[in-house]
Parts: sequence; structure tokens; C-alpha cells
Amino acid sequence: MALECKHVWDYISEFLDDSLAPETKELVQKHLENCEICSAILDSTRNILILTADDRVFELPAGYSERLHARLAREIHGVNSRPDKPTRG
Amino acid sequence: MSLADARPVKRDEAQMIASILAGDRELYHQLIQPYELSVYRMAMSFVKNETEAEDVAQEAFLKAFRDLANFRGESKFSTWLISITLNEARRRLRRQSTVRMESLDEPAEEGAKVSPALLRDWREIPSESLERREVRALLQKAIEELSPIYREVLVLRDIEELSVEETAGALAISISSVKVRLHRARIMLQKELAPKLKLATPKKGRWLSWH
Repeated sequence: MALECKHVWDYISEFLDDSLAPETKELVQKHLENCEICSAILDSTRNILILTADDRVFELPAGYSERLHARLAREIHGVNSRPDKPTRG
Repeated sequence: MSLADARPVKRDEAQMIASILAGDRELYHQLIQPYELSVYRMAMSFVKNETEAEDVAQEAFLKAFRDLANFRGESKFSTWLISITLNEARRRLRRQSTVRMESLDEPAEEGAKVSPALLRDWREIPSESLERREVRALLQKAIEELSPIYREVLVLRDIEELSVEETAGALAISISSVKVRLHRARIMLQKELAPKLKLATPKKGRWLSWH
């Protein structure tokens, strides 16, 4: 049974995660070999996800780490001086 | 570096946490070090400006410190930290929702069908293109514009590289919800970004200059 393009699109995410059932994966692969549009959709989605995950997309602001640890240090040293109200979680 | 990469093999976080709770509070600086970028990045994908994201990240790390005694060790410390960060970011958004007109309760659109952008060919866009502010801004904007339910799943799964199971745990949703939302989020990103990235990264000559 051959798959139509719109059905292939439903499988793109799981195809990328390699979590499709073997027989479905095979059908998708067969379709991709013969369909330049679906191949381009798959390639572009994969490419975009790789770019999205890159550390450069959301970079730490200058001084972030120093400010964070300075604030934590104040908490670590000062926490006894005020009432401790633990929350359940 | 993603959260998944950040888990060093030799660190015994359970032991570190026990020591912190036993009085070696300074150790908390070390405990959180691998997660500084992840927590900030997650905050950034929600609150949309650097100062606020930094604020959310600081609050999350402080809250985790104050609540450390309540960390049961049933999940990983990183997963627990993620839940705290998500809650902090959501709390912040809720507080601002009247100003921003952004509703956290917007319809889940789970029934709606999403279709990708149709292309006849795709020329690989190399990671070097991220050196350009314009390209980074396109990606940031596309992530930020996803509805929260899609953004959360995408950020945890594709940016922080948690497994489907860990993502489900951190968000307290089912594995099948993670898969459905992730699929939609990915297709929405492709639909939004593929045409724009194609235009922003013209065909000839541009890549050579980076080598």
C-alpha cells in the first residue's frame, strides 16, 4: 500500500525520532525516495530542528553567571537569618 | 549544551544534595553549574526578553535551593529543576497576561491539522549561518510565537534534548500528548521558518566567507 503525501507528513516527527513501527517506517522511506516535496519537507524540518537546538540561538547575557552566583551566595549565607518556609513539592 | 549532555557521568547529584542539606550549602554552586544555560534558555523561550529571562532563571535556582529538602530523588534533579523553571515562567506570564493579552488558557488546538510548508528542494542551511543575528532572531521569534503547550514540549524535547518520557514527566502530561504536541510544534516551525530561512540564506557565495 502506497502512502499519500499528507499521510507522510503525519509521520515526519516520529520518523525523525526513529520511533515509527518498522512497517510504517518502510512505507514512509519508500515514499520519500520518490517524492521530492516530502523529502524537502523532511530535510528542512530536520535542518531547522538542528539550528533551533544550537547554543547560539539563546546565548547567556554577559555577566549572567556572576550575577546568579552572587545572588545564590547571598541566599546561601543569609538564609538562616529569616524564617524558613519550605513548600511541599 | 543541552540538559541531556549536561549530566556528567561522575557527578553524584544525590550525594551532593545530601551534603548540601547536611550543611555544606556552598556545594549548591557546583550542583547547578551544568544547568545554568538550560534554565536560562527555557526561561528565554517563555518571557521573551533577556532581563526577565535572567530574573526567572535566578528565581528558579533560588526556589530550588529553598525547596531542596523537598526534592525526593524520584526524578532526576534536572527534571525537577525544569518543573520549577516552567512554573516560575508560567507564573510570570500569568501575572503579565493582562498587559500582554497573551492567554495561557488559549484553546489547545489539538484537533486542528497542521500542514508543512511545501518546498520542492531544500538546500542545507549550515550552523554557521547562526553567526548572523538575523538568522538567530528568526529562530527565536518562531519559537516564541508557538502557543505555550507546543513551545514547552519543543523546548524540552528538541532544545534540552530530554526523552519523550522525561518530557512527559516534567510537564505532567501523557506520552501520547508529548508526541502529538511535538509533531505539531515541529511542523509549525517548519512552516514558519523554511520559507524565511530560504530567503535569508541566499544560494551562492555566502557560506564560503566563513571558511
